[in-house]
Amino acid sequence: MGAYIVRRVIAMVLMLIALSMITFLLFNVLPADPARLTCGKACTPAVIAANRHRLGLDDPLYVQYEKFVKGIFVGRTYGSGTATFDCHVPCLGYSFRQGEQVTDLIKAKFPITAQLAAGGFILWLVSGVSIGIIAALKRGKWEDRAIMGAALVGYSFPSFFIGLLLLYFVQIKWHLVSFAGYTSFFDSPSLWFQALILPWIAIAMVQAAFYARLTRNQMLETMGEDYIRTARAKGLKERTVIGRHGLRAGLTPIVTAAGLDLAYVLGGAIITEQVFNLDGLGKLAITSVIDSDLPTITATVLVAATFIIVSNLIVDLLYAIIDPRVRLA
Amino acid sequence: MSQPFLDVKELRVQFPTEDGIVNAVDGVSFSVQKNETLAIVGESGSGKSVTAQAVMGLINRKSATITGEVFLDGEELVSASKEQVRSLRGKRMAMIFQDPLSSLHPFYSIGRQLVEAIKVHQDISKAKALGISRDMLDRVGIPNPERRLKDYPHNLSGGMRQRVMIAMALLNDPELLIADEPTTALDVTVQAQIIELLRGLQKEFGTAIVLITHDLGVVADMADQVVVMYGGRVVENAGIEDIYYRPEMPYTWGLLGSVPRMDVGRHERLEPIPGQPPSLIRLPKGCVFRPRCPYHELVPGNRCDDERPDLVPTSASHAVRCHLEPAQRREIAAERLGSPAMEET
Amino acid sequence: MTVVDESNTSIAADRGDALLRVDQLQKYFPITGNGLLRRRIGDVRAVEDISFDVVPGETLGIVGESGCGKSTAGRTIMRLLEPTGGRIEFDGRDITKLSRRELVPLRREMQMIFQDPYSSLNPRHTVGTIISAPFKVQGVKPARGVQAEVQDLMARVGLNPEHFNRYPNEFSGGQRQRIGIARAIALRPKLIVCDEPVSALDVSIQAQVVNLLEDLQDEFQLAYIFIAHDLSVVRHISDRVAVMYLGRIMELAESDKIYKAPLHPYTHALTSAVPLPDPRAERKRERIILTGDLPSPINPPSGCVFRTRCPKAQQRCTDEIPLLREFSPGHYGACHFPEERKLV
Repeated sequence: MGAYIVRRVIAMVLMLIALSMITFLLFNVLPADPARLTCGKACTPAVIAANRHRLGLDDPLYVQYEKFVKGIFVGRTYGSGTATFDCHVPCLGYSFRQGEQVTDLIKAKFPITAQLAAGGFILWLVSGVSIGIIAALKRGKWEDRAIMGAALVGYSFPSFFIGLLLLYFVQIKWHLVSFAGYTSFFDSPSLWFQALILPWIAIAMVQAAFYARLTRNQMLETMGEDYIRTARAKGLKERTVIGRHGLRAGLTPIVTAAGLDLAYVLGGAIITEQVFNLDGLGKLAITSVIDSDLPTITATVLVAATFIIVSNLIVDLLYAIIDPRVRLA
Repeated sequence: MSQPFLDVKELRVQFPTEDGIVNAVDGVSFSVQKNETLAIVGESGSGKSVTAQAVMGLINRKSATITGEVFLDGEELVSASKEQVRSLRGKRMAMIFQDPLSSLHPFYSIGRQLVEAIKVHQDISKAKALGISRDMLDRVGIPNPERRLKDYPHNLSGGMRQRVMIAMALLNDPELLIADEPTTALDVTVQAQIIELLRGLQKEFGTAIVLITHDLGVVADMADQVVVMYGGRVVENAGIEDIYYRPEMPYTWGLLGSVPRMDVGRHERLEPIPGQPPSLIRLPKGCVFRPRCPYHELVPGNRCDDERPDLVPTSASHAVRCHLEPAQRREIAAERLGSPAMEET
Repeated sequence: MTVVDESNTSIAADRGDALLRVDQLQKYFPITGNGLLRRRIGDVRAVEDISFDVVPGETLGIVGESGCGKSTAGRTIMRLLEPTGGRIEFDGRDITKLSRRELVPLRREMQMIFQDPYSSLNPRHTVGTIISAPFKVQGVKPARGVQAEVQDLMARVGLNPEHFNRYPNEFSGGQRQRIGIARAIALRPKLIVCDEPVSALDVSIQAQVVNLLEDLQDEFQLAYIFIAHDLSVVRHISDRVAVMYLGRIMELAESDKIYKAPLHPYTHALTSAVPLPDPRAERKRERIILTGDLPSPINPPSGCVFRTRCPKAQQRCTDEIPLLREFSPGHYGACHFPEERKLV
């Protein structure tokens, strides 16, 4: 197990290095000149050249990459002479557009994304899984057909559409939630909740539909297993057969999906944040792409990828704990 | 003869499907005494496993139509409440299955699965249940039972897993044990161990055993009474000697002629049954075996095609479902099976 | 009693020209460690040092329980698996090291039939396509055209020739096995390796397929290697039988000998364990019940691999590997303390 984790972590680091190189390269071969983008309309070639030099953009690419990596671990200093500024550890670059160190930007935005993801995750997991179980138990009955029909509809609506519907009816037409926008929980729990409930629902809807289908299929498959028949042959009550024998095995694969989906949303719920005007990582990513804010783009991609890779490892470890047959090797 | 411990009368199980109604079990009757082993023999699709599951109440009543009567020690189960049947399952009647690996829950330890089987029927402490489980593992010949309790099914060999299944079935001293192909997934030397074990346990506990199998060797080894099933129906029901030495149904002849025997050399040609097993959706109107039966022309008229034969007793413990005359049947059997059939009779 | 010089003498040198000679064949599957570098830390010794030959037109049965290496042996002989050691000679030609391309023409001579007629046929191909595949692969153009030839083959194995346009899922298990057989005999091979060809079939269908294999053998002078766990079927179809245990051949003899007068304690246990479909005979028989489980092929016992479960094991069995020796003409056994016993 120890050796396995070490091996996986090494693989993870290698993957992140490869990923950072690709992202770095990709954005550096784009026609947009990062230095040109550091100043507005009133740019003179002299200013551009100065900025280029300050940001190290006149160095060869490998030197730039080296500095970038070094920045993450030991920090770096931009510019020289009097016009220098420090970028502290972990330095993911400096966004001229925002006039801020990218790390700080991410730190500021992440809590909102995290709250959005966590709430949505709980909502979709609980509702999706329990709906799926009900459908499985009522297999073939009208309940099952109704649920699966609804799930198909839910699954085929894009989340921005659901978001806009929610906004239009719940907020604009019926005034059920306030227009205050995001408010910290500590300032007003009520406003905090009113700001997040619609995005939670929007994000959870599509996912819940997906999880309901997944859970139903998993449960149906599990309930047909031989060991379920054995459990019944023992004389166990149907509740125990389903709860102790069916769910345990049936829900295991859902751990995998849930882990990866959570990581995905943590990396930025781009569309939902945009629709509900939440200032999270997703919005940051979008803005930086629109602005060609290269350091920020690189950083958000790396952060999102790290979430996915780490959650992958966690899911695999969890699996070994849940299923005694899994040997990590 | 005392009242049989298990008495199945005209059991019918029908599954509605998109293609039509599947008549999986079509009017099956048999009975078993305590201390006796009844074998239900048949090929895939004969309805033998469904019969067993119907007796155990393991068929979802919503997905199938079950009619007829199943008496367990005088108590009727087909019309009994689900809860009533559940409380008997694992207590007075228990079942073991073909594939012990898939029949044990992969995520729970052996000990936990055994304790659960006890505690559902007996109100005792976990420690005491663990003690009973350990003793039972010991009883079924599992070395190191204390350690095995903590093992998971995948840690054990196939033979050990089937022993665990047997131990689990016997925890609450059931009076009826239904064994559905209990050795089919096992190697032959392991099969010999398991048969030996089942026989010993029967002697010790006086259990009635219903053995479901396609293996005529295992039947010859274990059974007292044999029910031959084909197309969801019982086609012959007889004592072990009658089935092997005085069979009267063409399907039974076919089965016996199809099995290669280890004590017979290669130059004896096998006599297979021609054709394929019937579809359980569109069963023939007359005899189910008619399409594969080489003797139907000996029956005058089209009776085999038109008229469903009844299971008719030919002696106190022998019943046959066939339109051939008894004398004809005996003649053909003697000819097909050669002298061994007649020896000692 | 003659001790065979294991270095050189082929087991059946006096039985005329062998079609297939297998000499000290080994097949190991490497296992890697859990460490950081996943080094190779051992091998699963699936097949260890087996030797036998097959003459044209004969059936050699290979029996053994799961994990004895019989299927691996079959696949290695077919060169579907790379041998780890030893030598395979077919029709006088060493085929142990032939490349994939060099093997192609050999497939006209050696074919294989598998256990599972469900998974060994491509479900998206018609039966006609499946059976005619060997012609295409080998570039053979039958005189009367491929379709006529395929329909002949179908009729020959007992399928309705008009069904050549159907898909495998429209056939029952027994019929699918017939499709596999038709494909195997299409190019009139000299040897067919049959790996548990009837194990998945019902008894009545099993007998149909066994009879078909016997008829085809007579008609085309086929040699079979018939691999199965069912001793009764193997006895029925084989001229000679090899009994395998934990990768090694324990005993090899004429079929009658193996069943009537086996001399290896493992063969004793194996044959005595098979129940006879004859209650009187069955209940009179002496049964040798083996204790314990099969040892791991990763770390097999020293000396004789069967000694951990053998009722006759002595110190010598731990110290010394018993070689396959000829105890009477054509009857080979790998045991230090052999004893003929009548058990059936």
